[in-house]
Parts: sequence; C-alpha cells; structure tokens
Amino acid sequence: MAGFDKVVSSYEEAMAGLKNDMTIIAGGFGLCGIPEGLIAQIKKMGVSGLTVVSNNCGVDGFGLGILLEDKQIRKMVASYVGENALFEKQLLNGELEVELTPQGTLAEKMRAGGAGIPAFFTATGYGTPVGEGKEVREFNGRPYIMEESITGDFAIVKAYKADRYGNCIYRHTAQNFNPMAATAGKITVVEVEEIVEPGEIPPSQIHTPGIYVDRVIQGTFEKRIERKVTRSA
Amino acid sequence: MALSREQIAMRVAQEFKDGSYVNLGIGIPTLAANYVSDDISVMLQSENGLLGMGRYPSENEVDADMINAGKETVTASTGASIFSSAESFAMIRGGHVDFTVLGAFEVDQQGNIASWMIPGKLVKGMGGAMDLVAGAKNIIVTMTHADKHGNSKLLEHCKLPLTGVNCITHIITDLAMLEIKDNAFHLRERAPGVSVDEIREKTAGNLIVEGDIPEMRV
Repeated sequence: MAGFDKVVSSYEEAMAGLKNDMTIIAGGFGLCGIPEGLIAQIKKMGVSGLTVVSNNCGVDGFGLGILLEDKQIRKMVASYVGENALFEKQLLNGELEVELTPQGTLAEKMRAGGAGIPAFFTATGYGTPVGEGKEVREFNGRPYIMEESITGDFAIVKAYKADRYGNCIYRHTAQNFNPMAATAGKITVVEVEEIVEPGEIPPSQIHTPGIYVDRVIQGTFEKRIERKVTRSA
Repeated sequence: MALSREQIAMRVAQEFKDGSYVNLGIGIPTLAANYVSDDISVMLQSENGLLGMGRYPSENEVDADMINAGKETVTASTGASIFSSAESFAMIRGGHVDFTVLGAFEVDQQGNIASWMIPGKLVKGMGGAMDLVAGAKNIIVTMTHADKHGNSKLLEHCKLPLTGVNCITHIITDLAMLEIKDNAFHLRERAPGVSVDEIREKTAGNLIVEGDIPEMRV
C-alpha cells in the first residue's frame, strides 16, 4: 500500500524541491478553489523568479497576490489580472511580465500539456493581438492559430477530497482549472479539505485519477469570497 | 427615446428560444436573465464551469465554492451541471452554446468586435471573451450606439485591437437592432420614438435601411 500512498504531513514536504525560476501551474478561478496553504508555503520559502500560470493572480493580500508582496513572481500567464493594485504597480514598473491568454486557450494549454500534446490549433484569438506572430492554418475554410501547450515544474491544486492514492474530487465550481493543472505538473501537489481511504470515493466519480498526483496534503481553508451577492428574502 | 439598460436587456431576451443555452457577459447582458419570457426555458452557461446558473443565493445558501464567471456567489438551477474550465470552453469553442451576449467598445461592418483593450490604458485581460466570440453560433452585442462624446461605435473598421473577427451578427443598442451581413449594418428595428435619421447620423459604418423599419416592443 505504501507505494501508492501520496499523503505528506507537512507543507515543507509538500513543496520540497521548488526552486528559483521554476514554473508553477495553479488551479483556481479568482479566489475560488485555490490551494491556500501551498501558496502560503511558497511565500514562506521565499523562492523568486517564478513563472506562474493561473487564470488570475489573486487579490491584494490573498491568493496568489501574496507572492507579489516579496516580488517572487517574474512572469504571470493569465486571462484576467484586474483585481490587485500591487499587480498593476509591478507591471507598470516593469518588475513583472504578463502574458495575457484567452481563458479557454489557457485551459486547453494546460490540458494539452498534461496529455502530451505539444500544440493545438484554435480559432480563438485569430486576427487579434493574441494571434500576432503565431502560425496560421486553414481548416475547412476557417483560419486557426497554433497555440503551444504548457507544463510546469510544479502544479498546485485544490481538491475537495482525495484518497491516499491521490484520487481527487472537486466541489462545485471550485473545480475550474484544477483538473487540468493537476495533469500538467512534473510534480503535482494537491491540498484537500479531507483525506479518505482508497475505495471511499466511488471509482466512477473520481475527477482526477491518482496517477497524476504526487503529493496530497490535508489543508485548512479560509475560502474568502471575492464578490458576495445575495438575493433579498 | 433611447432605450435604458433594462430595455436593451429586455430586447435581448426576446431573441432567446425555448431550450436555448445562453452565455451572458458582465453588465447589460447579465440583466437579460431577468426578462426571459415565462413561456420558455433557457439555461445559462457560466464559463468558469457551470451550465444552469440559478439565482443569487439567500444569505444562508452562500457557498464560497459556488460562483459565476463574474466571481459572484450564485446557485445552480434544477438540472444544472458543473465541470472543468477545459470542458466549459469545449462547449463554447465547439459551437454548442446557442447565444452569447456581450458588451463591446466598437463593432464594424465586417462583424469584427473590439471589447477588451484600449491602448495606453492598463489592460486587465480578455478573460473568456475571445473564446466566446470564436465559438458561439449567435453572438449579440449590446452597447450604446455612440460614446459619451457622440462618436459612433458602429464603424467601417474597428480602430481598437480586436477581440474577434467576422463573428458578430446582431447588435442591440439604445437606438436600434441591427444585423451585420454582406459588409454592412442592416437596420431591423428602431427604439420607440427614435427616427431612422438619428440612427443614420450615429452610424459611421455602412448602414442599409430597407422599407419601413418597425419599432421595438419593449
């Protein structure tokens, strides 16, 4: 059993091997479904020169935003980064590079990266600044641009539950980019709300099979809400 | 008189058909959900991975793991499904979403749209807009016909960096409903009390007006 047991007991162990100038792929959409404790550990380790691939870069003081505080991120690959003042400041100073990528293309870059497909063609971005300098091919009379896939030295993922073998399920829309991120890391680390024994999650309901996962850690989550909107009773 | 934001949304909602899967952008498009006729069912797609977006939650239903693409707390409607971002954009890019409604800075008579970037201003990103305009079958743009200085947003050629090319077929503005085809804006309806002359004056691109143009019902 030990051979497939992916559970680690400390954040130090969870992120061991992360070094300066590495690429990290992170799951999450805004502040929803983010590996809070793993991000905190990266901040604590103080590594810098990171390339971070994630749909967004958190907010000031929370999520990936905390990695901006000590200028640990050199380059951000994201679809939307409007939520933090510190991001804007470092971008305008030239301390931070950003590669804006359409959201669906970003998801597919991660998916393809994890699936061993080095590049793909998409109509998204053709004729726009995103398509500049990229190879164009016509299929069935429509032009498509070539997009290269992404893999990372590390992938950091937030799941709802995982078993000791690393089989994961996600909860509600906290799924988002997490399943693709999980496939695209040389080392994939999953932070979960609950660790269960193998067999407790029905096999057909597993979102991410454990084969993609290297380390599992039990986390505690603040789950901050970015925009709380309610209807009046 | 020019339509209010709510009236534009009302006119948008009249386009939806029973059984339509619809993606609504932030702003006026989102309001369209409030005006869907009781006689039809539509399912709202939210590109962060939710098909069947429901109402905003009550205070005790609020769940940090349940948000929409605008990062607002939401609920799932009966019959909803939840999936990954890759799956979400597979249904968008693959042409499975029936209607996409989004705002724009400019649209031109080739059906090009500019909606995400103003050079010289800080660019926050395109989010899912480029994928949506590349993939949906019917794309409706909602915007004011002219900017606050009176400059037309319906152009011969977009001036701003594009979000997508040859993709927009319908525009609903505060003054009119127009269809784009054959390299021209075709006037289909006008806002109640708005003259064809006013629409002509505020449309910089090629405008084609054929026959009597009916007033919208809003």
